[in-house]
Amino acid sequence: MYVYLMRRLFTMLVSLLAISGLIFLIIQLPPGDFVTAYVTELESQGEMVSPEKIAFLRQQYGLDKSPLEQYADWIVGILQGDFGYSFEYNLPVTEVVGDRVLLSIVVNAATILFIYAVSFPLGVYAATHQYTLSDYGLSFLGFLGLATPNFLLALVLLYLANRWFGTSIGGLMDPQYLNRPWSVDKVLSVLEHLWVPVVVIGTAGTAGMIRRLRANLLDELNQAYVVTAKAKGMAPRRLLVKYPLRMALNPFIADIGNLLPQVVSGAVIVSAVMSLPTTGPVLLSALQSQDVYLAGSFLLLLAVLTVVGMFVSDLLLAALDPRIRLVSGGRR
Amino acid sequence: MSDPDRLDHYVSTDPFAPQDDQVLTPAQERLYAASQWTMMWWRFRRHRLAVVSGIVLLLMYAGILVAEFLAPYDLHSRNVDFIHAPPQQVRLFHEGRFVGPFVYGLDYRLDMTNLKREYTPDPDKVQPIRFFCRGDRYRMWGLIPGDLHLICAADGGTLFLLGTDRLGRDMLSRLIHGARVSLTVGLLGIAISFLLGITLGGISGYFGGWVDNLIQRIIEIMRSLPELPLWMALSAAVPINWDPVAVYFCITVILGLLDWPGLARAVRSKLLALKEEDYCAAAEMMGATPARVIGHHLLPNFMSHLIASLTLSIPTMILGETALSFLGLGLRPPVTSWGVLLSEAQNIEAVVLYPWLMTPVFAVIVTVLAFNFLGDGLRDAADPYHQR
Repeated sequence: MYVYLMRRLFTMLVSLLAISGLIFLIIQLPPGDFVTAYVTELESQGEMVSPEKIAFLRQQYGLDKSPLEQYADWIVGILQGDFGYSFEYNLPVTEVVGDRVLLSIVVNAATILFIYAVSFPLGVYAATHQYTLSDYGLSFLGFLGLATPNFLLALVLLYLANRWFGTSIGGLMDPQYLNRPWSVDKVLSVLEHLWVPVVVIGTAGTAGMIRRLRANLLDELNQAYVVTAKAKGMAPRRLLVKYPLRMALNPFIADIGNLLPQVVSGAVIVSAVMSLPTTGPVLLSALQSQDVYLAGSFLLLLAVLTVVGMFVSDLLLAALDPRIRLVSGGRR
Repeated sequence: MSDPDRLDHYVSTDPFAPQDDQVLTPAQERLYAASQWTMMWWRFRRHRLAVVSGIVLLLMYAGILVAEFLAPYDLHSRNVDFIHAPPQQVRLFHEGRFVGPFVYGLDYRLDMTNLKREYTPDPDKVQPIRFFCRGDRYRMWGLIPGDLHLICAADGGTLFLLGTDRLGRDMLSRLIHGARVSLTVGLLGIAISFLLGITLGGISGYFGGWVDNLIQRIIEIMRSLPELPLWMALSAAVPINWDPVAVYFCITVILGLLDWPGLARAVRSKLLALKEEDYCAAAEMMGATPARVIGHHLLPNFMSHLIASLTLSIPTMILGETALSFLGLGLRPPVTSWGVLLSEAQNIEAVVLYPWLMTPVFAVIVTVLAFNFLGDGLRDAADPYHQR
């Protein structure tokens, strides 16, 4: 177990390093840099910008260095807790990011919990009631959930939430808590608003999860050992819980590796539509205005969130299933 | 005289044919002589939903070939008098009398209290729909000029079956034109991902060793990254001032660029098992190049599986394009795709006041569902020797 842990930790660090390089590369892709965009904006407002000032700005932001040096600066800074400087907000990135990362984690974690909580009973039900009306109904709902773009679901649910429950449109908390420090009321307000994005982001994942759990469980239910236990006269419920369900649960948990990137992806677009105070909207605007360090930091944080989440799930799986450790690497 | 205590001796009069059970019925003979692809087709045919989905998709793709002809209006034709007009209902009977398909003309009134445009159908204006008629001029695929449409409005009338948008453009026409982009983005993207997946997966599985290790690590990293933010970052890098066609190709490349790892994995695992087979060694000894061994001897073994899994990943791309365009990072007007259309229904206001702006979402749902069902059917059919 210890060896497995160390090896897994090492691969995680290596992939994080590779990811940071990849992200830096992508961020640098657009022609020009923030200063070019800034200068164009100033000139469109009729201001003259002298070449000296441009050079000064470049130097100040460290944009005159080679890409490699910029990358090194960025990474070293991050290791020291300095994520760079947001040109657009004129603030250090850490201050812009602030609560947003925390709220992102809250939303994503709540979504994962939601997906498991909903898909588990439904998946088991669909598998034990194969080819009944409710099984077909669930399959149909599942397909529909997979096919609906979640940003539109977000719009419609927002409208309904406001109409039926009077929850204020958009955001993750009532407006009066926006710039307040965290308190019990604020947490309650967040919880009250959380369900809409969680449901919206979780739909596609839940639909997929139900289908996979159903398929896994059906495979197990047709095994000879189930027939034997049935023939022995074991009570159906006890039989289900004691053997096939346990077997079917493994891939269910291992699937978090597919689920997590999907949820993080969904959260970005849904929060942009619903203007949640999470990372999504800021990432979008940072990408559009070439705010390199801000966008890069957000991308990196999202990636770290996923990679660490997968690391944790791999450890959980290894703890649950001793066979996993024999296979190097883990997933699948 | 026979003995009453003894039973009669039974003699069968049937001709003696001990090989009888080995003679094949015509049905069996057909089955044994059938090629793999024929058997797949038989298996596929049994999956009703998949067949129906396949037909729906075929019709849709046939439709985008002649989008200009199917759409009642041109993509850009504006009706300034009818901004945000609601869908017009097709009727058959006017005052109890059959007149064939027609719509009631719209009366326009500006509500001065909330400045809302209000349209009411006017039962006096009966506007029969014309078929195979002359309408807006167009250039089919930008080349062949024409003005023939499947349906158009009555002379001087309007025909907005799905309402109009904020510039008074017919939503149905825009939906049909938008299908051309939305439906092909997935195909082109999948082609790129297919190429990358087979090449990299093939190299990885066939050669093994450090190449395999490297590619596997890359795949692991790419699979652990959230797709959409990366798509967003990449498409934000596409310069705004580029030609729309170039932007379109960039988006397809971006969509395809992140999709190949799953496919590469499947190819690799199959290759790892298959390359140990004797026929593979035989081909190598006869001097076949790796590319030929992979492409000619190994790939056909699991091509059907690949096609099935490709069908299942097209919907992801269609949804991806929709999401990107919706966020304003993908395709931008004047290019019209379903995502671009949906980006107009971005706020609550549209949902409440002009719900018909959201109709493209149904097109998206139908397409994605159809691809999913088709893919399911193909996957079941992909292995016809597997008895269920």
